[in-house]
Amino acid sequence: MNMPLLSARGLMKRFGAVVAADNICIDIPAGQRLSVIGSNGAGKTTFVNMVTGYLKPDAGRIVLDDHDITRLSHQAIAGMGICRSFQIPMLCLELTALENLLVAVAAAEGRQSLWQAADRPAARDRAVALLEKFQLQSYAGRPVMQLAGGVRKLLDIAMALARRPKLLLLDEPTSGVSADEKFPTMERVMAAMQDEAVTILFVEHDMEIVSNFSERVIAFYSGRVIADGSPTEVMANPDVRSYVTGGAK
Amino acid sequence: MRSNRSLFMALLAAIVLILAGLLAPAWLQFLVTMSAANGLAVLGIVVLMRGGGATFGQGMFFALGAYAAALVPTWFGIQDAVLRIVIGTLVAGLIGALFAPLLVRYRGIFFAMLTLALSMVLFGLLSKSSLLGGSDGISIAKPTVLGMSLQSGNAEYVLYCLTVVVSVVAGWLVSVYWNSAAGLMALAVRGNPLRVEYLGASARRSLGTSFVICALLGGTSGAITAQALGHVEPNFSNWTTSGELVFVAVLAGYRRVPAVFAASLLLEIVRSFSNLYFPNTWQLALGVFMLLVIMFRPEGLGSLWPVAARRQVDPGTAVPSPTEGQP
Amino acid sequence: MDAVAYASWLFIVSLGMTLVFGVLKILNMAHGSIYAIGAYAAATAVALAVSLGLPPAFSLVAMLLSAVAVAVTVGPLLERGLLARYYGRDEVVLLLVTYALFLMLEDVTKLVWGVNPYYVSEPAQLFGNVLFAGMRIGGYDLFLVGLAAVCGLITWYVLNRTTSGKIVLAVIHNPEMSASMGVNIQRVYVVAFTVGVFLAALGGAFTAPMISVQPGLSVSVIIISFAVVIIGGLGSIQGAAVGALVVGAARSLAVHLMPEIELFSIYLVMAAVLIFRPEGLFQSVKARLI
Repeated sequence: MNMPLLSARGLMKRFGAVVAADNICIDIPAGQRLSVIGSNGAGKTTFVNMVTGYLKPDAGRIVLDDHDITRLSHQAIAGMGICRSFQIPMLCLELTALENLLVAVAAAEGRQSLWQAADRPAARDRAVALLEKFQLQSYAGRPVMQLAGGVRKLLDIAMALARRPKLLLLDEPTSGVSADEKFPTMERVMAAMQDEAVTILFVEHDMEIVSNFSERVIAFYSGRVIADGSPTEVMANPDVRSYVTGGAK
Repeated sequence: MRSNRSLFMALLAAIVLILAGLLAPAWLQFLVTMSAANGLAVLGIVVLMRGGGATFGQGMFFALGAYAAALVPTWFGIQDAVLRIVIGTLVAGLIGALFAPLLVRYRGIFFAMLTLALSMVLFGLLSKSSLLGGSDGISIAKPTVLGMSLQSGNAEYVLYCLTVVVSVVAGWLVSVYWNSAAGLMALAVRGNPLRVEYLGASARRSLGTSFVICALLGGTSGAITAQALGHVEPNFSNWTTSGELVFVAVLAGYRRVPAVFAASLLLEIVRSFSNLYFPNTWQLALGVFMLLVIMFRPEGLGSLWPVAARRQVDPGTAVPSPTEGQP
Repeated sequence: MDAVAYASWLFIVSLGMTLVFGVLKILNMAHGSIYAIGAYAAATAVALAVSLGLPPAFSLVAMLLSAVAVAVTVGPLLERGLLARYYGRDEVVLLLVTYALFLMLEDVTKLVWGVNPYYVSEPAQLFGNVLFAGMRIGGYDLFLVGLAAVCGLITWYVLNRTTSGKIVLAVIHNPEMSASMGVNIQRVYVVAFTVGVFLAALGGAFTAPMISVQPGLSVSVIIISFAVVIIGGLGSIQGAAVGALVVGAARSLAVHLMPEIELFSIYLVMAAVLIFRPEGLFQSVKARLI
């Protein structure tokens, strides 16, 4: 029997009078590429935050591969194999791109050595390999604060990959990227994932990206899942058209 | 390998300094000894600040190391200077390790205030404790060094050499740490601790490590100072003592270990002159200098904190908030 | 009673610090130095009043005026001329800037007023002693309590009942939102800082009669103010009041029961609060936890 990689059951979350999650039940099988859509405030970010452990649901369970991760800290959950990237990239601005990745690689080890050099061959090779996956190697020695937003986004995603996570959550990977750059960026991201056995969930607003890069779409509205299926099905769904895509294709 | 090169440089520095010391008059040897000892305490602060914690309580570990070194002669009959230094270091490190789990839950000014409060608690304890000498402090019997007793002729030089060796070893170890995976992690924790946690590592453990190293160095510093001065007093734990050390840390920055000792030496030299020539304006000079350093030389000479990212805001609506808005 | 008088003094001194933190998010290490300047200025003002042959009662007015003078000269100068240049940096950077300022002001006061102590006795003599319920209470102590109450009430009233006060509260809670609604943030900062300076100077001025005004005042004051505002909660007015009472009570208890622990009992309470309830008793600012 195929156990889903991640299983969310009955997730509930309120912020005062606002219902951010209303009985969310989602199963994600291993290896799937899925996207999450919904207008602002629909509950997508809340869902991502609960899965990554930043928020604790008021009720419900989240199970990763047989482990109940509902009450675990975001740090512990990252350790268990769920990593994420951020809408506004979270990087160490004064460090170089390579150093940021060395940090990610070091974090993937249980305890960091106080003695062995941070850029010893094994770590350095892994960090450089990650940069190459995203074609960022030319930025290796540049401090992040000098890098453009698009580069920072890719770097952010590369860092999330350092642990070889089971589930990778990308929060609006193409936001802040100019319209004609969106596709190439997403292609670069997906190409980088090719040899990684990772399940990917990304939050997106751009429906073209959604249709082209995900095999499954989940639509949120008012904290509830209003549609869940292939891109074509979901886009055709009348509720989705009124609440999310606003009649656009 | 970087580690080998820095070891070579360290050994070279030690040899040069020890030889140069032979030519120096006793007062200069003493000056360098004191500034190197202070430099160790400052190095501790720099390590901690590089790792994300600002401390106004280094005086606490300085005092712990100093008092430990002062008490073991009377309580346990330990006369050897090296042993006293080791004990002072360990005592401070142990207390640091005990408080670390508590302290690493905080950052920013709360972390600073807690270190300040703890150091003032110790200050109060030491001031009122007749067992520990009260506000007058304790005098220390002259140490022996590796078996030999110190005659008045060579006492300064022997202590000078001992201090040089300890400082060079400590400095080299710190530089190894800075190049290590843990050291890089410390920089990341300073810049973006949340990100570090989302990568599955413990920001708290990293900060704790930085804090214990800071405590150890503070203890070493105190133990050496105690031997050099022959006297310890509660004021070692006062926040004003910690403040002076913070000043040197700001001056030195966290890029280079030698910069810490150079800055410490500079301060000692200026302090000696100021007592003679401008006793009422030297703090003014310190303050002005500190402001200039914070403003103009955030790199190398003084950048110990992340510079807030410039927000991309239309100047018409830009809000000049005094501090970074952190959640 | 002694504890209440002490607490009143603490409150006046700490109110300014907590206000500055609430509005500008700056923990001002130079606050004690301004207190000292207030004390020296008051000494000068009273001496001036006496030499002009003015009646003793005028000395109180002189002290008040000196505090105002300190505030209007020093406040805007420090805020606009110095602190504003470091806005946008990490809160620890600003803490260090205020520490540098503390160092500078230590020497500035020595340069202006010298190192010998000043004594301001006229105002205290005005009040004499009061017999109340069989106890002899210093009249000046009572005056301090009254002054503290007045300061607290005026501050509370202005913040909660006037429009300007509500604007300040808005800036405390959400500077960005306030700015986008057209509030002149710069002006609020200058005014708030100046009021903070005024309160510190006022505290210094009215404490001068009880002590000898000499170098070193600022060092002890700053630490105890930290204790008060941390215990009460940074940025909270009620917190400053309660914190002052707690510290005053702790000190009294210690003095009567175990004088040896007087010094460190206060810092112990401060450390305990930081450990168990870092926001203080009246949560206004969230402590930074990783």
